[in-house]
Amino acid sequence: MKVLKTNSVPAVAIALRELRTGTRGFRVFLACLAIGVGAITAIGTVRDSIESGLRTQGTTLLGGDAEITFSYRFADEAERDWMSRNSAAVSEIVQFRSMAAADSEGKVNRALISLKGVDGNYPLYGSVELSPDIPLAEALAVGEGLPGAVIQEQLAIRLDLEPGDIVGLGTGRYRVSAILVEEPDASGLGGLLAPRVIVPTETLEDSGFLGPGSQFNASYRLKLPREADLEQVRTETRTHFANAGAEWRDRNNPDPRTRFAVERVSAFLVLAGLAGLAVGGIGIASAVVNFLDGKTNTIATLKTLGASSRTVSLTYGIQIGAMTVIGVCAGVAMGATAIIALESVLVDRIPLPIDFAGVRVVPILEAALYGVLIAVVFSLWPLSRVTDIRAAALYRRGEGHGGRRLQVKPILATVCLVLTLVAAAAVLSGVPTISVWTAAGVLASLAALSVVAAMFRKFARHSAGWKSVRGWPVIRLALASVGGPANETRIIVMSLGLGLSVLAAIGQISSNLNAIIENDLPDVAPSFFLVDIQNDQLEGLLEMMSENPSVDRIETAPMLRGFLTRINGRDASEIAGNHWVLRGDRGITYSTTIPPNTVLTDGQWWPEGYDGPPQVSFSAEEAQELGLEIGDVITINVLGRDIDARISSLREVDFSTVGIGFIMSLNPSALAGAPHTHIGTVYVDDAGDREIAVFESITSAFPNVTVIGVKDGIRRIARLLSGLVAAVTYAASGTLVIGFIVLVGAATAGEAARSFEAAVLRTVGASRIQILRSFALRSTMSGLIAAVVAVFSGSIMGWAVMRFVMESEYRFEAMSACVIVLGGTAVTVVAGLLFSLGPIRASPARVLRQPE
Amino acid sequence: MSHAFLCLTNVGLTLAGNAGPVEVLNEIDLVIGEGATVGLVGPSGSGKSSMLMLLGGLERATEGMVEVMGKNLGDMNEDELAAFRRQNVGVVFQSFHLIPTMTALENVATPLELAGCRDAFDLAESELREVGLDSRIHHFPFQMSGGEQQRVAIARASAPRPRLLLADEPTGNLDSATGDAIMDLLFGLNSRHGSTLILATHDHALADRCRLIVGLHDGTLSGTIPATSPEPGRHGLS
Repeated sequence: MKVLKTNSVPAVAIALRELRTGTRGFRVFLACLAIGVGAITAIGTVRDSIESGLRTQGTTLLGGDAEITFSYRFADEAERDWMSRNSAAVSEIVQFRSMAAADSEGKVNRALISLKGVDGNYPLYGSVELSPDIPLAEALAVGEGLPGAVIQEQLAIRLDLEPGDIVGLGTGRYRVSAILVEEPDASGLGGLLAPRVIVPTETLEDSGFLGPGSQFNASYRLKLPREADLEQVRTETRTHFANAGAEWRDRNNPDPRTRFAVERVSAFLVLAGLAGLAVGGIGIASAVVNFLDGKTNTIATLKTLGASSRTVSLTYGIQIGAMTVIGVCAGVAMGATAIIALESVLVDRIPLPIDFAGVRVVPILEAALYGVLIAVVFSLWPLSRVTDIRAAALYRRGEGHGGRRLQVKPILATVCLVLTLVAAAAVLSGVPTISVWTAAGVLASLAALSVVAAMFRKFARHSAGWKSVRGWPVIRLALASVGGPANETRIIVMSLGLGLSVLAAIGQISSNLNAIIENDLPDVAPSFFLVDIQNDQLEGLLEMMSENPSVDRIETAPMLRGFLTRINGRDASEIAGNHWVLRGDRGITYSTTIPPNTVLTDGQWWPEGYDGPPQVSFSAEEAQELGLEIGDVITINVLGRDIDARISSLREVDFSTVGIGFIMSLNPSALAGAPHTHIGTVYVDDAGDREIAVFESITSAFPNVTVIGVKDGIRRIARLLSGLVAAVTYAASGTLVIGFIVLVGAATAGEAARSFEAAVLRTVGASRIQILRSFALRSTMSGLIAAVVAVFSGSIMGWAVMRFVMESEYRFEAMSACVIVLGGTAVTVVAGLLFSLGPIRASPARVLRQPE
Repeated sequence: MSHAFLCLTNVGLTLAGNAGPVEVLNEIDLVIGEGATVGLVGPSGSGKSSMLMLLGGLERATEGMVEVMGKNLGDMNEDELAAFRRQNVGVVFQSFHLIPTMTALENVATPLELAGCRDAFDLAESELREVGLDSRIHHFPFQMSGGEQQRVAIARASAPRPRLLLADEPTGNLDSATGDAIMDLLFGLNSRHGSTLILATHDHALADRCRLIVGLHDGTLSGTIPATSPEPGRHGLS
């Protein structure tokens, strides 16, 4: 007889024979895995499709092959010459925020707009779609003595405008010639904040815009010759414009900020999906335990026939592996199907270019990796226990488990796999810190839920024996059952608890954010921001506001923009990485004396009339984050000129009041001669009509000044935030769906036990309603415990996010917590009762009959 | 109308099976007086357990009438049947069927609590002492041997002092010595409390301890005969 030296051949043969029974016993396993993998596949596919859309439509979205942008100035002659020499065509675009005004029934209505001045070459790529369908050049041409303007429909609705009407922009008047239907280079999310208006650039100066120091961006889109090497042009541009304060973008990454936002949002959604998979992991573990429990006799028989523990482990490992492959494939198919089904909805709802063409392999592989890792992590421990089953189980009615030995190898393997999973999430999500903290939160929640479930069972078991519950059989039965040896309570508390923890955390965070936006800010925030106040307008504006009794106070400050490029002579990003202060330009101001209410934390303000080497007062908190100290020299590029300023003081800057706050304030002589405007904040005593009157008075007297209602702005941000919160909540709801499936799985697994219990109780005289009450009570207790722990851990997560990510105060939101507690308990009771009706209806005789 | 303690008239029971309806009992006519000890004997599948279930109201006859203590069980709904069992019937199963999440004391106290008994736990404790389980009162089923579990099951069945005690192969899972002790307990209850004992068994030696032996074969009565050496009982009618 030939002897097989390996365990794998018989294991594979036995596994294949056992797999003939199909997926029975693995339904919860497959559902948990498939839904989790499906959600991550779908989220990843949308993310990849948006990134692909941004890439493939890069030229159109950018409006050129490359774009060079100057802040608050146009390119000079030399720069223009260079651009013309290095491209086939150049188009100049100027963009800034402004106000539009229109007469309506004798009253002037005004609205914040995003104004764009274009030249004759615009657009270099793509086409502008207008209604009526006329060419852009025709729409912008002078007609009836006024230049043309095209406006977005939301502005037309807001100001009750239609083609042929007159709209006021700054001090100029324009003829609305058409509605802007499609703007080829309107990529990104920035346009959501204010409706677009396009006018010819040459009309802007006559309309009072683009004065010295005005805040605008001038962008030059380049159409490169076919043979041009984009990388080479980029390198040459960087060299040529090194000190010009120019920003480069190209068709390969036309909208870095939007791409960054998409990556961030997707990362959060994927993490929510991963939390869902972790919940599913509990279902996977319990499904494997139930499956292997049902196989005790088979395993004992195999051992009786001489199979080693390794062969048995391999046999069932192969089966669980096969189910993992099926679950992952089903999840990928579900995710892909969901995207196909929702394609048109997603294209409509997401204001970004989405390229759904082709199969997205990377998100599929990412989701599959997560799915496999989760399945292995949660299967390993129960699988390792098959080695404890002895052949004696055959004649001891399933009691042939040897004592549970502590096995080091499975524990080590599980720890390694968890670390691999966390590392994969950290690398693939692109937000490593948040991924690690999310994983820590999930693991801590699972640990807390496990401990609480164990304590709860112990307490229930103990209290079932209390004299006070004697004579209350319904309560005693429920307590005895919850405290019993079955695993159902633990599974319910852990799976539902983790799902609810994620939802509770999101509920706490979103309620805190809403509270800050809706309640906290308006108490301290100004009514209006004023932007682009010209030097010659400042005095008049201050006088007008001081005479207006409704105005509590007005604060203004000179405003320039500049880039912090170097710290002590070294590239700033080398020292401080990707800190937000270094990303793009920042507002800069100057002041002769220390402004009122300013608190210096270190150093001294320069003396009045100081005209020595430039000095700067830096925000204390940001200085600490950047590693800056008194005496350090920072280089700020203002309008193409480098200013080396020594940090002479650090001061507190509170951005939470939405007032004027500058990271950097220089001594006046450092910025002498630099063209600039002023910004201001106006505090109106009372909301409502008075605010409207102040708004009217400013915009009428100073039509070029952009007046932004703070509440309007906050509302717009709140709308964006609520969309984000809704998306994350949807993803987290998936977690709850998986939690519910695990709960249903546990209820299904416990159905036989409930049937038995109901039959015995009916035999000894319990009525069906008494049994039902007892079943409902035990579900209520499990659900309540899960929900309370979830609120507790969700609140800790919410506190951590508010404190460390949002850097804000945390307030426990009772309403959100109540919804979680009531909802979680209701879900458990409903599921518990649904799976109690069968056992209660079943004939006791048939349940208790000894097989003959 | 019969005034007998138990009266089965033309009783039939048909259950749904995988291969169609299965006739479990057919045309059973039987009358038993109160306090009797009756051994239901027959091979496996003859319908012994089903007949016990019918008598306990745990199964409904599909034909005929089952009367217990003058009440037609077919006229009662499920909750009335539960209340009837609570007051009058105790059942002992071959597999004990104790609730695994409860201690011996709690298992025995449960039917007393359901019956609204105020000193349920005191009575349950004395009942457990009566069956010799003083030291196992606070043990869970999985901590006890089969014989001990069956004693708890007997204590649970007898604690409310039912007038009818149904025992379905009560010694089937026990060794002979333990089985004898269990049977002594059951017959002891009959003699002490006057409960009518119906014992389903395929063991003729056990059945012989009853005053009356009822034979079943393929769901029909094969005969009723007085046992050769019955345990003392007040009545034994057929």
